[in-house]
Amino acid sequence: MPTVCDTRSEMAAVQDAPVEADNEKEIKTETLNDAAGNHASAAGGVIPSPPVASTSSSGPAKAGGPGSEEQQTLMAVLQFLKKNNFVGAVDVLRREAGILEDSDESQGQELAASALGGAEAGDATCTLSRASSCTTSTPAVAAAPAKGGEDQPDVNVVLSAYSQQGDPALYQGYYSGLKKFVESVLDCHRAELSQLFYPLFVHMYLELVYNNHETEAKAFFEKFSGDQECYYQDDLRVLSGLTKKEHMKGNETLLDFRTSKFVLRISRDSYQLLKRHLQERQNNQIWNIIQEHLYIDIFDGMPRSKSQIDSMSGSLAGEAKREANKAKVFYGLLKEPEIDVPLDDEDEEGENEEGKPKKKKPKKDSMGSKSKKQDPNAPQQNRIPLPELKDSDKLDKIMYMKEATKRIRLGPESLPSICFYTFLNAYQGLTAVDFTDDSSLIAGGFADSTVRVWSVTPKKLRSVKSAADLNLIDKESDDVLERIMDEKSASESKILYGHSGPVYGVSFSPDRNYLLSCSEDGTVRLWSLQTFTCLVGYKGHNYPVWDTQFSPYGYYFISGGHDRVARLWATDHYQPLRMFAGHLADITCTQFHPNSNYVATGSADRTVRLWDILNGNCVRIFTGHKGPIHSLAFSPNGKYLASGATDGRVLLWDIGHGLMIGELKGHTDTVYSLKFSRDGEILASGSMDNTVRLWDSIKAFDDIETDDFTAATGHIHLPENSQELLLGTYMTKSTPVIHLHFTRRNLLLAAGAYNP
Amino acid sequence: MADERRPKQCSLVLPTESMKVMAESVGVGQLQEECCVALSEEVSYRIKEIAQDALKFMHHGKRRKLTTNDIDHALKLKNVEPLYGFQSQEFIPFRFASGGGRELHFYEEKEVDLSDIINTPLPRVPLDVSLKAHWLSIEGVQPAIPENPPPVSKEQQKVESTEPLKAVKPGQEEEGPVQGKGQGVTSAESKGKEKSISRLKPRSTHELSVEQQLYYKEITEACVGSCEAKRAEALQSIATDPGLYQMLPRFSTFISEGVRVNVVQNNLALLIYLMRMVKALMDNPTLYLEKYLHELIPAVVTCIVSKQLCLRPDMDNHWALRDFAARLMAQICKTFSTTNNNIQSRITKTFTKSLLDDKTQWTTRYGSIAGLAELGPDVIKTLILPRLSIEGARIKAVVEGPVISNIDKIGADHVQSLLLKHCASVIAKTRPLPDNVDQYRADYGYLGSMLCSHVVKARAQAALQAQQVNRTTLTITQPRPTLTLSQGVSTGSGPRTPNIIKVPSSLTLPVQTLVSTRPVTPAQPSPPATKYIVMSTSTAAATSPQVVISLTSSRSSSPITSTAPSSTSTLQPLVKVEHTGQSVTTPGAGGSRTLQKYIVVSLPSAVSSEVKASSLSSPSTAVDSTVKADRTELPGASTHSSH
Repeated sequence: MPTVCDTRSEMAAVQDAPVEADNEKEIKTETLNDAAGNHASAAGGVIPSPPVASTSSSGPAKAGGPGSEEQQTLMAVLQFLKKNNFVGAVDVLRREAGILEDSDESQGQELAASALGGAEAGDATCTLSRASSCTTSTPAVAAAPAKGGEDQPDVNVVLSAYSQQGDPALYQGYYSGLKKFVESVLDCHRAELSQLFYPLFVHMYLELVYNNHETEAKAFFEKFSGDQECYYQDDLRVLSGLTKKEHMKGNETLLDFRTSKFVLRISRDSYQLLKRHLQERQNNQIWNIIQEHLYIDIFDGMPRSKSQIDSMSGSLAGEAKREANKAKVFYGLLKEPEIDVPLDDEDEEGENEEGKPKKKKPKKDSMGSKSKKQDPNAPQQNRIPLPELKDSDKLDKIMYMKEATKRIRLGPESLPSICFYTFLNAYQGLTAVDFTDDSSLIAGGFADSTVRVWSVTPKKLRSVKSAADLNLIDKESDDVLERIMDEKSASESKILYGHSGPVYGVSFSPDRNYLLSCSEDGTVRLWSLQTFTCLVGYKGHNYPVWDTQFSPYGYYFISGGHDRVARLWATDHYQPLRMFAGHLADITCTQFHPNSNYVATGSADRTVRLWDILNGNCVRIFTGHKGPIHSLAFSPNGKYLASGATDGRVLLWDIGHGLMIGELKGHTDTVYSLKFSRDGEILASGSMDNTVRLWDSIKAFDDIETDDFTAATGHIHLPENSQELLLGTYMTKSTPVIHLHFTRRNLLLAAGAYNP
Repeated sequence: MADERRPKQCSLVLPTESMKVMAESVGVGQLQEECCVALSEEVSYRIKEIAQDALKFMHHGKRRKLTTNDIDHALKLKNVEPLYGFQSQEFIPFRFASGGGRELHFYEEKEVDLSDIINTPLPRVPLDVSLKAHWLSIEGVQPAIPENPPPVSKEQQKVESTEPLKAVKPGQEEEGPVQGKGQGVTSAESKGKEKSISRLKPRSTHELSVEQQLYYKEITEACVGSCEAKRAEALQSIATDPGLYQMLPRFSTFISEGVRVNVVQNNLALLIYLMRMVKALMDNPTLYLEKYLHELIPAVVTCIVSKQLCLRPDMDNHWALRDFAARLMAQICKTFSTTNNNIQSRITKTFTKSLLDDKTQWTTRYGSIAGLAELGPDVIKTLILPRLSIEGARIKAVVEGPVISNIDKIGADHVQSLLLKHCASVIAKTRPLPDNVDQYRADYGYLGSMLCSHVVKARAQAALQAQQVNRTTLTITQPRPTLTLSQGVSTGSGPRTPNIIKVPSSLTLPVQTLVSTRPVTPAQPSPPATKYIVMSTSTAAATSPQVVISLTSSRSSSPITSTAPSSTSTLQPLVKVEHTGQSVTTPGAGGSRTLQKYIVVSLPSAVSSEVKASSLSSPSTAVDSTVKADRTELPGASTHSSH
């Protein structure tokens, strides 16, 4: 396979990445520590005795907090390993932990990714307990929810935090006392302090359950569950089932609550009110919970309004900490290689032969200055090693440019035409769809474990002849490339058999030579579209893989699944290059940034995270969705991200500032598909409610004011105008819209299965 | 706000009884009460956990229904062996049984004889997945093609005609001048919020696109043309096409004008064609005709009561047209009559007036009687039965008196047979036994003796039917037009039927499609009994002539005979396959084709075989809904088969 050869050198570069990453890390640590320090001083400056200092307990809510807790867990793990005589593992862990403690602490939970370094390190320090329940020497990171018998010690460590006794009868009193207090405060503080209810409710309930006060727990739940915001209903449903201490072991939602601190943003005034109240009332129970299980992010300035809070809350672990979104993200696009649209092919080949090495070698700076100015927000061209362009790629690029000149400019006045591809007789089995970039092929993943590929052009799908037949071909002939194709078996569609469970994601490679599919059986498979056979099965996820996506430059791909880890792979490596751990629930969708330096993952924990491929860090956490996220789309300029969830809402994010900038309401069911038009003027969304909707994205992005204040605090006022942004709604005939795709000329293609 | 939404989630625990039963089923005789409690709590928790995991698979499978496969996958996540062999496509037919103080819900697994399975021919392979492209939108405007949903839903049309101030035209429902182009049907809730009632009704434009004009021309020409095949196709299109809303005014005027002209010219054939168009329009599930009744009703009534409809009244069968139109009229009354427009009472008055008039000709008399009779047994009882003796005398005068004209004699004959046909069944149900000829003659005069014999016949037949089958399921086929000219429904179904049922051999599939189309069927004023009929020409001998597909607990697996009268407990949908050969009606469907019907009937709790006699409206509404269900199925089905 030509790709493999071409990219071998690239792989070396990728494997060197850990070294680079380490270098980078040192710098990063400094900056981040600075940030943390600033934050601490800013936060602690006014109050003489911030709560952190006053308590000696483990989990203070400040920057140092996660680290020490981390350490505690690590110690527990170490002891466990020692007890079981896993000497090697202890050494490894010691060494790793040493590095880890030095590394930036606020990123502690993402250490999994940074610890991984390269693929080789993967086996020893496979961090996610779930992903590696097969290996015995598993040092489980606290962030990783434990599962299965051997992880029990960890679970106990985690749970034992609940062992403190209080009089169970008083819990209701505590809670309603706080409720009364919050109702009595000024309006401006009430909304902020109301945020406390949900995490407190959960933790108090869990404490009751842990200490075997079943009846009290039930009474507590029934009395107060109705007060909680409706978007927490799914979690409450899980909680409601849980009434015994034994249930708590192995319940993931619960472990998520315990292991991740629920993050609240509260203004300083409101916080002081709360503190004064609790001190007056000697309400230690609540205070302890706040200390141990909550992270209160205090900011100076006006308290936020109810709508502001509601727009950001809803995730499993509260809002994102402000510093989590501070890292610099290079969201700009990479420079396109210089390819002149040639008059004849001969010319162009020669030109590019020269152009290619130039791009790779240090000379590129001069190249950069020569061509259009480098986007200051763009990453360095070789920040992530990318595969070299092949001749066929260049031809394709030329085709792309030619098509682009014929592209229709879209806008509110000129809406795109929509061509709908209906899958008939799918019997409820269609689970995933993808189009190639040039819109010539369509692939469908089905619940019956098959992947089917159709040609939507008159050109039929042909596979390469068998080896025996290939021997008979005259290899010298001019049309040898034509002759290797088997005309006899050409057909409109091909079926790919290989998976042993429903196929949940399919993705074409940009060069149309490969197809990826991921399945319930835990594998990701790479198929050749030349031979229509499976080339590789990538094993690593032991649980269903919900989504997979090729990089826009090919070669790399990302996968994410039920094990809560997103993995970055290269097609020629059977082990992942990076693992992105940090989500608290299933990763439901994945998407590459257009510059291939970042990936976004959406999760059932109702957050979107953006990961840096270079070092594995989580650089953005976006909260605000009220349901599992099922679709993601980057704007073509790389600046914005759109995400759609089961609640039917589409949220727009500014990646550079780490802010929510829009909310598009209109769908009544899960949004399964999002796509920006080629120039980014229109956002199309497809949903389970059988509609395709078009939104004016230019207007959505222009309307927001990103002054310094909002940028600094992250407190946004969402314009209430999502109806004005809606340009059109197109109802299908009982056909949920599963996939959307803009052709190079800005024709919108949609796909779904007719569901009578 | 959240309070009322959330039921008490805590308290849902399996009953301990279940634990005991399950323990017994695996051979544990005595289970302690505490064990049961502990077990049931644990089991409930685990089941909830699994259900929550299974939901994930449903979401990722992009479905709205949880399937058994989802549960299997969720079990697999927990490293639990999935339940093998528990496959269910749609829903799981749990049966209920009680006895010995216990109540059980169980899944009935019948013992299957292996040799049966081996010997039955293999079912046809289901159709393969295929891909079909269509335009969902062209530069922002959704084209009205069968692949797209109707531009204006029937409910919306209904709202528009009944509450004109609230209604909003489809093109203008999105706010602002910018969105003028963004045409489409927004969800109901977004509409509801923004529309202020005070808004003036926007002026509707009645411009048709070029394609629509062409379509109109083609269709109208085909409908009144000479080619029967083309006409069937055109009527089929009118009855199924979802995009006709904008052309309705045109069609309505076409019919009304056409009737006006052709009555004068006594062109019977054209009148029949026009009435069939009305029928097709009525059958279209996406159209709501309220607004055009002022044109359609006069046309239909004309075809019922006009003095002369044909050039040779002694030869031509204009009586069939009158019958057909009367049936249409009855259908219109049932669908659109409200307390506001009083259609039914106004129509009844018109008919009665001409019936009472002595100078009315036999043709008109026939029409008004037919029109009244179709309105139902109650109308017959109150308006026709009292006049039987008078009409009898009139008939006698013609039949036994001096021969005035042949035409009058034919007319009198027809009126007589019409009266006998309709009155006999009503009398059979209302009049107590015994049937004494003299008594009848005293009550009904000249017609008495003939009536008596008809009533006796009707009683005998009713008794037979009650014995054999609950014939309510069959009566629904009767209102189908019995014109000798083959009717839109029956002709159309020929070529289409293979589409409806994709896998004729698997009996579950049609049921599936039926159940799932239920949301699609327009919200009728829900009739007590829901019936769906799917017609298919059975090609293979895959199904036996009479098969009962039990969807739920039919007590006995033997054919339908015992189900209805004994059902007192629950709603019992039952599915029945039968050949038209057995059914008493539909002469329109020729004997050459074996029509096969799947009839799904869900009976309300207290239904017995007397349902026929019970109410005037319910059976006929049910008929409506059957027709609708039949229709809604079609466009989708045709989409299916195009590959």
